[in-house]
Amino acid sequence: MGIAETVSDGRQLAIERPGAGAVAAVVLYLVADLATKLLGTTVYALGFRVMGGALTVGSLASMVLDGLLVGLAVGLAGIGLSMTYSILDFANFAHGDTVTVGAFLGWVAAYVTANLAVSAPLTDLFLFNGGAQLSASASWVLVLFGLVVAAVGTVAVVLVVDRIVYRPMRDSGNIALLIASIGVALALRYLVAFVFSTQTSGVATSGTRLQLFAGVAITDNEIALLVVAVVLMLGVHLLLQRTKLGKAMRAMADNEDLARVTGIPTERVVRLTWVLGGALAGTSGYLLVLESGTISFNFGWILLLLIFAAVIVGGIGSIYGAMAGGVLIGLVDSLALIWLPSGLTRAAAFAVLIVVLLLRPSGIFGGVSTA
Amino acid sequence: MSDAETVERTMPESDVPTTSDAIDSPLLEVDGLRKQFGGVTAVDGASFKVAKGSFTGLIGPNGAGKSTTFNCITGIHEPTAGTVTFDGHDVTGLAPYTLAKRGLVRTFQIARELSEMTVLENVMLAPPGQLGESALRSVVPGLRERVQRDETEVVEAAWETLEFFEIDHLAHENAGNLSGGQRKLLEMARVLMTEPEMVLLDEPLAGVNPTLEEKLLDRIDELRQDGLTFLLVEHDMDVIMNHCEHIIVMHQGQVLAEGDADTIQSDERVLEAYLGGDV
Amino acid sequence: MSGFEDVRDRLEALPDAALVVSFLVGIWLLLTLLAFAVGGAQSANLAAGFVGSVTVLVGAYAILTLALNLQWGYTGLFNIGIAGFMAVGAYTTAILTAPVDPGAGGVPGFGLPLLVGLLGGMVMAAIVGAIAALPALRLRADYLAIVTVALSEIIRLFVNWGGVAEVEVFGKRFGTGGATGISFKSPDEVVATLVNGPGQPLVAAAESVGISGPNVVNMAYGLSLLAIAAGSYWVLSRVSDSPFGRVLKAIREDETVTQSLGKDTRLFKIKAFMIGCALMGLAGALFRGGAGYISPAQFRPVITFYVFAALIIGGSGSNTGSILGAATFSALLFYLPARLGEYFPTFGRSAPGNVFEAIAALGSLDPTPLVAYTVGNISTLRFVLIGAVLVYIIQNQPDGLLGHRNEPAASVDLRRPRSADGGETDE
Repeated sequence: MGIAETVSDGRQLAIERPGAGAVAAVVLYLVADLATKLLGTTVYALGFRVMGGALTVGSLASMVLDGLLVGLAVGLAGIGLSMTYSILDFANFAHGDTVTVGAFLGWVAAYVTANLAVSAPLTDLFLFNGGAQLSASASWVLVLFGLVVAAVGTVAVVLVVDRIVYRPMRDSGNIALLIASIGVALALRYLVAFVFSTQTSGVATSGTRLQLFAGVAITDNEIALLVVAVVLMLGVHLLLQRTKLGKAMRAMADNEDLARVTGIPTERVVRLTWVLGGALAGTSGYLLVLESGTISFNFGWILLLLIFAAVIVGGIGSIYGAMAGGVLIGLVDSLALIWLPSGLTRAAAFAVLIVVLLLRPSGIFGGVSTA
Repeated sequence: MSDAETVERTMPESDVPTTSDAIDSPLLEVDGLRKQFGGVTAVDGASFKVAKGSFTGLIGPNGAGKSTTFNCITGIHEPTAGTVTFDGHDVTGLAPYTLAKRGLVRTFQIARELSEMTVLENVMLAPPGQLGESALRSVVPGLRERVQRDETEVVEAAWETLEFFEIDHLAHENAGNLSGGQRKLLEMARVLMTEPEMVLLDEPLAGVNPTLEEKLLDRIDELRQDGLTFLLVEHDMDVIMNHCEHIIVMHQGQVLAEGDADTIQSDERVLEAYLGGDV
Repeated sequence: MSGFEDVRDRLEALPDAALVVSFLVGIWLLLTLLAFAVGGAQSANLAAGFVGSVTVLVGAYAILTLALNLQWGYTGLFNIGIAGFMAVGAYTTAILTAPVDPGAGGVPGFGLPLLVGLLGGMVMAAIVGAIAALPALRLRADYLAIVTVALSEIIRLFVNWGGVAEVEVFGKRFGTGGATGISFKSPDEVVATLVNGPGQPLVAAAESVGISGPNVVNMAYGLSLLAIAAGSYWVLSRVSDSPFGRVLKAIREDETVTQSLGKDTRLFKIKAFMIGCALMGLAGALFRGGAGYISPAQFRPVITFYVFAALIIGGSGSNTGSILGAATFSALLFYLPARLGEYFPTFGRSAPGNVFEAIAALGSLDPTPLVAYTVGNISTLRFVLIGAVLVYIIQNQPDGLLGHRNEPAASVDLRRPRSADGGETDE
């Protein structure tokens, strides 16, 4: 496509959909600005700096890496949120706290097992006191063990919650379910606080650092997050494409009535939705703690809006969209630092969420992919 | 294929003695109306006129595009192409509330009562230009008294309307508790409270028992005496043939034929559309 | 469930004002009893402290719940950005009333009187509400919810940002104080001046029975908030019992139909949203900023969900229910459990440091550590209780205490006018 054509397309876009046109203009400016910054030049107009500055490739690369790591975990958590949103038709505000619960279950298992030999009292170990912190390279078996416990434990928790709270409400409207999930969120979060107190504990620390190139290093824990997240996403992909149940779930996500008519066992699919979504939420929480090193009772709640952003940017109901949306939101959250002060990068991610909901509620990949 | 050609092909003037072109002073005029949803064309160049004060029927097999035509006329959908003229003004694509303010209102195929509001509230909602629709006037002492005076009249009119439709005994009932037929009556009562010039009725008799049906049709006749215009979508052919002086037949998104009951009943294409054209 | 309905039926038999007053008096009595049960020689003062604090909470939550009821209960606008609109109101008030020359470490403001500041806060909250509403009100309810909660977080992150802690515009210095917050003209102190000035005899009388001056001020502040809540109730009742309120209800039921009946629904929605946001802004300034200091941490989204819990308990759609819900939530679910935990007998032993020790003691058949731990952490557990109550109500009593009531939206008597009554009179 020639430049002239692109320009005229752009003009048409700006006229027909002013919102989308404005967004496109901002994105274009940011890309151009990033390029000039990387070149180390500055463009002035009328005495004002319009774009440019200084940014090394190394610091850009480490920002991309940071964004990718958070984004993968957020995308992993987003899969469950996206599936409940489309299959059960409600925005699950308890999903962030499900992430927290998974992380605590997994890390208690890993931490206590790892430190059994230490002389500290067991009751202290349960609260992450008195033992040594874990790293993926030094004790990968235990880290993996914790991961499995996180997944299985979270599944158990969400199934119990579904049985008590959501199943009696299958015919309720999406707002009633949403409000119920707010109740679940409060209950889960403060049960965790009741057991583990409201303090922040350190549980993981990096064992080794790998220098990728100048200014960019990756730790063993980060590599673990990267590998596990990618493997799980591939697994989800295979499940959806190759198995009958996966296909049924995609059909349900697209259209619940249709799925009912064609005789897919709805309640079974609903249960599988919770199982898959819960397991991924739990592992995502566990991996995020592995990466950051610390755990606290409300970290999932704080993360919730970011997960929502991922799901909505990717298109509600789209599992691949949730993964891609997670990475995108992770990158926005981290790359916004190039243009915004550090206190406002999270605000930028939320702003993206709002803009997408207003201009393209079906998500930026909406209509392209199903599942 | 252009719209003009389509219309000409499906509606050659020589075949139809009483086309709507004969209507001198139409209250509503639909010209070349088209509506596409994605790749599906629901209405494909429909053109017709509705005379002031008439009781016009709009019929056609399922999927002929009647409801979509209604939705395009009343601003629920924006037409892809074509114009809608009401009372001499181009009203294409105007918002439903603007059209309602100009006197063009509709009822819905499935009665849409405001279920958590009482029957009386449903009816009292409708009158246009109520002073108390301003939040400020409703609050400020002194101004509120005027709101109340205004509303006393609305209450009176609402009760009269409910009595007219013989649902006054249900006035304080939540609308959601009404039977299907009663809901249809309520919807008609509500729409008449907007002081309309023209009412589009989307299957007002579906699910209404015969006694109630008679009553409703009587009401419509009475209201026509007062100068109201009605456009009716209905599946019950007896009703259409016995009550409507002008009938428009739609098929596959286009106007297939129009005229009085005799003309329509003797039109072969109409028979064909109903018998074989479906699916 | 029959217990719930029983309570509900009893509540309904009373006129609304009597209902609310007796509810409040009941709460005050309950707390007074508690104070006298645990307070010893300090009982009167303790009771005054309890009553004062709970009244502040009830008043503040009543304003917030009424505002949300207009938006959600009446109009069906699912706003979960309450914390953000509170922040806008509170910060605007703070910036307008903070001293021009605050001295070392303080954030300068415009030094205006409190009343002007509060008014400014309400106006600004309404404006931000309108800006948010213009594009967002056409969204589905759950999308609107996500947009508003995201907006409230953006607002909080913005005032928290160091870049706006102190700025200079046209030679005027002002700011939000960033993460450390901002001090401004304390509403509490304004009430205190009144109480210690013209109200001096009252303070003297209170002190003679052992109630401290600050507790008198606190009670007075609570009563002021209640008065504002009563004023809001008066305004909102008139707003909702009118043709305006009728259109709002109709929008909640079916917006397309409302449009088809000739109502420009967007305008009504924006107005309702703005009125609600203005009240939220006022509550933000008076509740969070009661002591003349606010910081971003006071405006986390969780407070939004407390207001929702209050409204759902009371019954969305009912103004009287909103106040009862606010009282039930803030006094019985939020305040009372914390006080109970504070004064509950722990059988003479201190609570163990963590739940695992408490559970371990169960092995030696000693349940007291677990009880002690539970009681000691009741202020945490009350949130679990709030969550459970929310789920219970949504499942079993979605209308809350009063939401099922048929409260027709009209400004006049809806009985059949005599002239239309079957021709009994010849008028």
